[in-house]
Amino acid sequence: MSDPKISIRNLYKIFGDAPEDALTHVKNGMGKPELLEKHGHVLGLQDINVDMQAGEITVIMGLSGSGKSTLIRHLNRLIEPTDGEVVVNGEDVLAYDEDQLRGLRRNIMSMVFQKFALLPHKTVLQNTSMSAGIRGENVAEAEKRNRGWLDRVGLAGYEDHYPHQLSGGMQQRVGIARALGSDSEIMLMDEAFSALDPLIRTDMQDLLLELQKELHKTIVFITHDLDEALKLADHLVILKDGRVVQQGDPQHILLNPSDPYIEEFVSDINCARVLRCCSVMTRNDGNPEADGVIDVNDNLESVITLSGGDTSKTYQVNEDGAPVGTLAMKDLMVWLVPRVASGEVKPDA
Amino acid sequence: MAFYDGVFNALGLRDWCDAGGDGGPLTMAELLAQANNTDVEEASFWNMPFPSLDNLNDACASFGRSRDMTDAVENGFLAIKGALKAVLDPITQPLSWALDGSMALFEATPWYILISLMMALAYYASRSWKIVGMVAATFLFMAFIDHYLAAVQTLSIIFVCTTVSVLIGVPVGILMSKNDTTQRFAVPVLDMLQTLPTFVYLVPLIYLFSVTESKLYGIAIILYAVVPIIRLTDLGIRLVDQDVVEAADAFGMSSRQKLLGVEIPLALPNIMAGLNQTIMMSLAMVVIASLVSAPGLGVLVLSGIRSLELGVGLVSGFCIVLLAIMLDRVSKAALERVNVSHKR
Repeated sequence: MSDPKISIRNLYKIFGDAPEDALTHVKNGMGKPELLEKHGHVLGLQDINVDMQAGEITVIMGLSGSGKSTLIRHLNRLIEPTDGEVVVNGEDVLAYDEDQLRGLRRNIMSMVFQKFALLPHKTVLQNTSMSAGIRGENVAEAEKRNRGWLDRVGLAGYEDHYPHQLSGGMQQRVGIARALGSDSEIMLMDEAFSALDPLIRTDMQDLLLELQKELHKTIVFITHDLDEALKLADHLVILKDGRVVQQGDPQHILLNPSDPYIEEFVSDINCARVLRCCSVMTRNDGNPEADGVIDVNDNLESVITLSGGDTSKTYQVNEDGAPVGTLAMKDLMVWLVPRVASGEVKPDA
Repeated sequence: MAFYDGVFNALGLRDWCDAGGDGGPLTMAELLAQANNTDVEEASFWNMPFPSLDNLNDACASFGRSRDMTDAVENGFLAIKGALKAVLDPITQPLSWALDGSMALFEATPWYILISLMMALAYYASRSWKIVGMVAATFLFMAFIDHYLAAVQTLSIIFVCTTVSVLIGVPVGILMSKNDTTQRFAVPVLDMLQTLPTFVYLVPLIYLFSVTESKLYGIAIILYAVVPIIRLTDLGIRLVDQDVVEAADAFGMSSRQKLLGVEIPLALPNIMAGLNQTIMMSLAMVVIASLVSAPGLGVLVLSGIRSLELGVGLVSGFCIVLLAIMLDRVSKAALERVNVSHKR
């Protein structure tokens, strides 16, 4: 694997009056509740190590209070860490001075916010060109360019509206267009879709995936919703109480939760929609007598639809047109047995 | 024999007391007592006087009387007056020029041009023909009853004082909003300026500057009127949506870009509300300032009071009300316009 675009190493964040002293306690093994009780400091993040690859969507998932919003703000130093390193493009961001940091925020990273945070006194088009104005570039030219982005996120014709005239979903499209308009390599998305209603949220996720297929940005996405995380993630990081509990390929995490906390999450989601054939098939050279052919990236739900619920069928799984394995409906069903209820341990994928 | 004699005797301070001389001139109370030929009533425990400066002085001449204290304050002020004047006089001189210049300009402009200009200004601020009509009607009415000149003088003073208040108030408000320590020190000063009866700070101002100088009333008005715009600028900037400020940071705005591009525009409705208050307070003060030679409608009110001419006082008072309504409506309409473009 190539060098990661963003690499977080041994990151600690402690909130309080004397975080340095508290840090030594934490490094000596003191836990979050004990630190709060004995020293009045809140442990925000504890020994975070995450590598984020260029062109991938890294999703950081956790419940509220798990430190995920704190973590994303360390990447562009909206929050200063207590200890550790954040390396972006091979450079330690924490060693940056004011000017370098401003350069990073202006040119390399853009951010999309949960509450949109658009400028209320500027039009949609002016909002998308905010970053050009900050850099001191020709704003008129940027606006010409950004009409394209507005069109791309489905807001053609709304250029001269003000943010308060748009619905939440449309405002967040402006937020995305603003981030795209800054032409940065890295996009930080802080619970970007959490404030939207479910249908619009699905639309926005599709929009993001579609844009990503084309643009290959490095995206760091924060969410508390596992369905959303599994849908978007190339790399999934699960946070709890400021610690990384598990990270890796989302399908792998789904099938091998390392922790009761994650198992609890996983039991709540629709496995058929998230699991793909490649994760559950038997690898072989295919089966000429199969009842049909499916693709490795099809999810199990589509296979069930194809079979019409007949569990006796068997399918050949193709990747790029060549057979790579088979999937029997009988085996498929085993993967869909609710985990916590059955208490069974699944075979490894 | 004063009530507290015994106390000083008991403490063995009699010698020290007597060394203080026989005190100053008689107080009014003593004078009355002498004139009525009644001795000061023999004190008992029941009507024990409060051990105030005057009562202690009766028993012990070494204590100053309250009269001596006010004298000391006055002398203290007079002692620093020279230095204070040397510093304040040149600093405030431009205010005199501005007030005199603006007054001359307002008076020299023919009435039809000035009224048209006012109407144009009202339209620019409010974009409402109704308000422009009100402005025209107000001016024409006041001109018709021969109060035009006084009204224009009052308006000129308000114009200059409000401008100066904004120029001082907005930066001070920004400073306060950025720095909690500044705010902690500024708030008591603002409270004092707002609650101090206006006559009280007219007194030292008369000592500092000549009554013939227009900056005397200019300063009095500005000290009073600058408070709301400072407060509301501070409040407005503190109330700016922190999410938007964070976004501005995340996209790498410098603090100057943030102030001019985000904080001031978003605080504008509050700043405009402060401006409205500042205008209204300078109007209130310009009437009182006529006591220290501020020209305008206030002078007519004052002469109405002084010579008991009920009609003169009432009519000019009514003109002040008209002027107040006009200024208030125009600035409120401007505020409303800003508010609409800020809705979320």
